[in-house]
Amino acid sequence: MNYELRVNPIACDGYGACAELLPEIIELDPWGYPILLSASVPPGLAGHAKRAAAACPTLALLVDKAP
Amino acid sequence: MTELALVTDRSPDLRLPRLLGGISYYSVADLRDHERQHGPLPLWGASGRRRPGRLIDVVDASGLTGRGGAGFPTGRKMRSVASGPGAAVVVANGAEGEPASCKDRLLLTRLPHLVLDGIAVAAHAVGAREAYLCVHGQETDLLGALEHAVAQRRAAGVDPVPIQVTGIPGRYVASEQSSIVGYLNGGPAKPAFAPPRPHQRGVHGRPTLVNNVETLAHLALIARFGDRWFRGIGLPSAPGSTLVTVSGAVARPGVYEIEMGTPAGQVVMLAGGPAERPAALLVGGYFGAWLPAGTAWPVPMCHAALKAAGGAMGAGLVIVLPVSSCGLAETARVVRYLADENAGQCGPCMFGLPALADAMADLAYHGGRRRALERVASLAGLVAGRGACRHPDGAVQLVRSALRAFEADARRHDHRGPCPGVARAPLLPVPGDADWDWA
Repeated sequence: MNYELRVNPIACDGYGACAELLPEIIELDPWGYPILLSASVPPGLAGHAKRAAAACPTLALLVDKAP
Repeated sequence: MTELALVTDRSPDLRLPRLLGGISYYSVADLRDHERQHGPLPLWGASGRRRPGRLIDVVDASGLTGRGGAGFPTGRKMRSVASGPGAAVVVANGAEGEPASCKDRLLLTRLPHLVLDGIAVAAHAVGAREAYLCVHGQETDLLGALEHAVAQRRAAGVDPVPIQVTGIPGRYVASEQSSIVGYLNGGPAKPAFAPPRPHQRGVHGRPTLVNNVETLAHLALIARFGDRWFRGIGLPSAPGSTLVTVSGAVARPGVYEIEMGTPAGQVVMLAGGPAERPAALLVGGYFGAWLPAGTAWPVPMCHAALKAAGGAMGAGLVIVLPVSSCGLAETARVVRYLADENAGQCGPCMFGLPALADAMADLAYHGGRRRALERVASLAGLVAGRGACRHPDGAVQLVRSALRAFEADARRHDHRGPCPGVARAPLLPVPGDADWDWA
């Protein structure tokens, strides 16, 4: 199963938890908002991606099944 | 496939004007003037050649694309709305966000029945039971005039569905289609995080067709004269006519109707030609792009050709920048405006656009330390593609095009400080800019 990441930029308040939990794919910009280095989640990181999504205080990080 | 014009008791031979035929500078065309000009709106039945599905076929075959900026095929959009669950909703977007654009306002103030006909046609085609015509709420005169026009039609029984004239907040991002849908649903007029998109779930959760008012005006004529007539002018790949607003250093600024594909330079000549030697054209508006005058001059005004040239068609704006003005200073002022107009929803836009505006202002008005140019470019990269709507992307496209079109000038600013052009009176209209005389 492949997964894709999306950020809902309206919901995101820049807590930055995602970048802590998934530094392989998520960096923070100078204002603390996430930059996705890649939309698709490498197979080995699927669990981490789901954990990062669950940890977001505003539920702004979305993990979808890749089409 | 759809060869015959469906209802033509008169097929105008004149290539242009189409939309602007019979327009008066001084007065509004009422329902009688309108029907004298174009004939009555043909009544489309529920079956046979004039059934709704057939109407969409005709729009598809006409090749009409949205005239609000995105240029999406209108027939395809109608089909996806019509195939959605339940009764659809039609929203006419007359809340012209571009400060330099006047075409939608011209249609609404002089030829309202062309737009209202288009709403009626669209509502019939997609099976809508309600329709909204949205304009800026602070334009109370316009709201009143449109309500009067709608009442006139109600008395004459021309519209298949009730049309409600609605004022929406007058902010730049409020005219984005998901903003309008959000506002009509009782929320703030701010862009939404997609999906669902309005055509899937829009006003009252129904499939919603949001069209620019000029697009609808074309629809009013396509319903009368057919798809072949529509394709009779313009390019095979971009048929029909379109309205453009020409301003800046031209002899006769204003709204003109042109065939799609008319070269940008010819459009400038239509507006009386340059009032001064032109340095660059801003094509497409504040979400468009700067092109050096020599590059822009032969480029056909259509989405594909302008995109290939590094520009954009947008809502059909052409602004001529004279050599005595500074394109970087003009851009800096516009980016400041766009930054102020951000909806305050998405962090990268909320913080990134003001930072980009500061950097652009630094490059244009100070410079000289060989730092500003690099900062502008890196901020542009940080902001692009990171909002819920295309607001930040539009600003970035404008900035990047300025760095390309005024490349030598940008280096000069960065190395040695501002050029003499920054002292010139501002050219591009920016609401709230004290230096700009709106009259």
